[in-house]
Amino acid sequence: MSNKKKKKLTPVQQEYQSFSRAREPKRPVLLNCLKAFLVGGLICAIGQGVSEFFLWNFDFTEKTVGNPTVAIMILFSVILTSAGVYDHIAQWAGAGTAVPVTGFANSMASAAIEHRSEGFVLGVGGKMFKLAGSVIVFGVFSAFIVALVKTLLAELGGA
Amino acid sequence: MQQGHQTWLFKNKPVIISTAAVGGPHEAEGPLADDFDLLHGDLWVGQDSFEKAETRMLEEACEIAIRKAGLQKQDIQFFLSGDLLNQIISSSFAARTLAVPFLGLYGACSSSMESLALGSLIVDSRGGNHVICGTVSHNAAVEKQYRYPTEYGAQKPPTAQWTVTGAGVALLSAEGAGPRVTSATIGRILDMGISDPYNMGSAMAPAAVDTITAHIRDLQISLDEYDLIATGDLGRVGHAIAGDLLKKHGIGFTAGKFTDCGILIYSADQPGVLAGGSGCGCSATVAFGHIMNRIKRGELKKVLIVATGALLSPLSYQQHESIPCIAHAVSIEHIH
Amino acid sequence: MEIYFWAFVVGGLICVVGQLLLDVGKFTPAHTISIMVVVGAVLAGFGLYEPLIDFAGAGATVPITSFGNSLVHGALAEAQQTGLVGILTGIFEVTSAGISAAIIFAFMAALLFKPKG
Repeated sequence: MSNKKKKKLTPVQQEYQSFSRAREPKRPVLLNCLKAFLVGGLICAIGQGVSEFFLWNFDFTEKTVGNPTVAIMILFSVILTSAGVYDHIAQWAGAGTAVPVTGFANSMASAAIEHRSEGFVLGVGGKMFKLAGSVIVFGVFSAFIVALVKTLLAELGGA
Repeated sequence: MQQGHQTWLFKNKPVIISTAAVGGPHEAEGPLADDFDLLHGDLWVGQDSFEKAETRMLEEACEIAIRKAGLQKQDIQFFLSGDLLNQIISSSFAARTLAVPFLGLYGACSSSMESLALGSLIVDSRGGNHVICGTVSHNAAVEKQYRYPTEYGAQKPPTAQWTVTGAGVALLSAEGAGPRVTSATIGRILDMGISDPYNMGSAMAPAAVDTITAHIRDLQISLDEYDLIATGDLGRVGHAIAGDLLKKHGIGFTAGKFTDCGILIYSADQPGVLAGGSGCGCSATVAFGHIMNRIKRGELKKVLIVATGALLSPLSYQQHESIPCIAHAVSIEHIH
Repeated sequence: MEIYFWAFVVGGLICVVGQLLLDVGKFTPAHTISIMVVVGAVLAGFGLYEPLIDFAGAGATVPITSFGNSLVHGALAEAQQTGLVGILTGIFEVTSAGISAAIIFAFMAALLFKPKG
């Protein structure tokens, strides 16, 4: 992605960017991956515990237990966001908190809390999906394409 | 009076008769806490939104500076200010409270020196007797507008900076006692094609170097004239790059005399600071607080402040534009 | 208890993919998560996501990739019953719990809390 942009730069700009890049601290990729692995894995293990709880104590099957599990994980994430600690954990964990459904809930809760100053309708209501919107849009659209292709293939195969 | 291509030499040397620096909780925990006139324990400043808190801090800074000079609001001719919020609302709403003729500016984080340069031009040309120049920034209000909601869990890279919650103003007068503004170099916009808003230091360094180069060329001086040269908010990353760029262009300077307000305002172990402080309030509170105090104590005689600004908007970033930057330099001297 | 181990490992690995997208690909968080949702939907299309859930449990259902999978399954289940229009009517069926919970809890949070900065 960045190479495509580099070609549109003038020689002076390219020279400067090489100059500055050599002097910028690099992101600690390996360390970040390790932290993401640990925290992401832990969040999923907690999710597994929540699933087991619902499986044993309620009438859920392996197929349907995903629903209450996700709802509880979302609740945990919203509580941590409201307490003001989620962003500090996320600075350490990176994708470890962003990739699980906790990241989705955090994006909505943080936007809702932040924009309360603009009122409940335009602020909270209007801006809640500021960050989560793209996830829903792309999820739905890609699922639509996948389902359409699969359904058409099945019908063609059948016919 | 114009000197060289883009510099003003102030014959009458406007006097900074008082200054004020107001800060927030993060600044209160930093090494320059004693140089603030007022520090707040939380980000709300008694208001119900971060934006209103930013306005209130600028109002407080103006009130303190006017009071310290022994004047009233009615004695001030002009108020020059800018900030980072859309339509510079903090400055406009503070101007409403101040009820002083108002010139709104936008220079992003270079606003402190942009306003000081223009204010000095007004006073020097006898266009006004008392002029207040300053700016303000608020960490949460700026993050909300430029980046993400404050509780959002986005991981910041090591080149990111922490926006200062602070307001800094200087009250200029044609006569009186205090450090004097002797010259100002207006910068031009430089864009090196950097588009990462988490890497402003690298984006702004060339603009700082360009303005410093223009300053010494226009005035035919060397940087050794100054006891201190402070860039606005290049941070650790941008400041090191600027230093190397100056050396590459053959501009000599003494290492201990070249610093950056974004590096001075926080200690390296404060959480979230990463590469250093940024925001309009960074250069304003450090220049009008800490550096002014050092000049008044006699520790520094001649100082050059080079405030740097990144002129992007959240929309320009989404439209894959790079970050155009600017730097304005003002020299301040203690003349007996 | 073996499922806990695999939930940890698989969940962790999916997050590592996300971290690489962030740090090496230099994508924003929103871009990264959107990519992962689409990946989940595509894997569901190839019938690869359900086996992953059977193997890793919450290690596959908790990451946002499972959102893509759930959207596809909701659409396909309804399409099997009512034809192509079922894609539209069924797409949110499985994910309703997640989206509803997120909206309701986020709204309650805005009612009760102020940002901490």
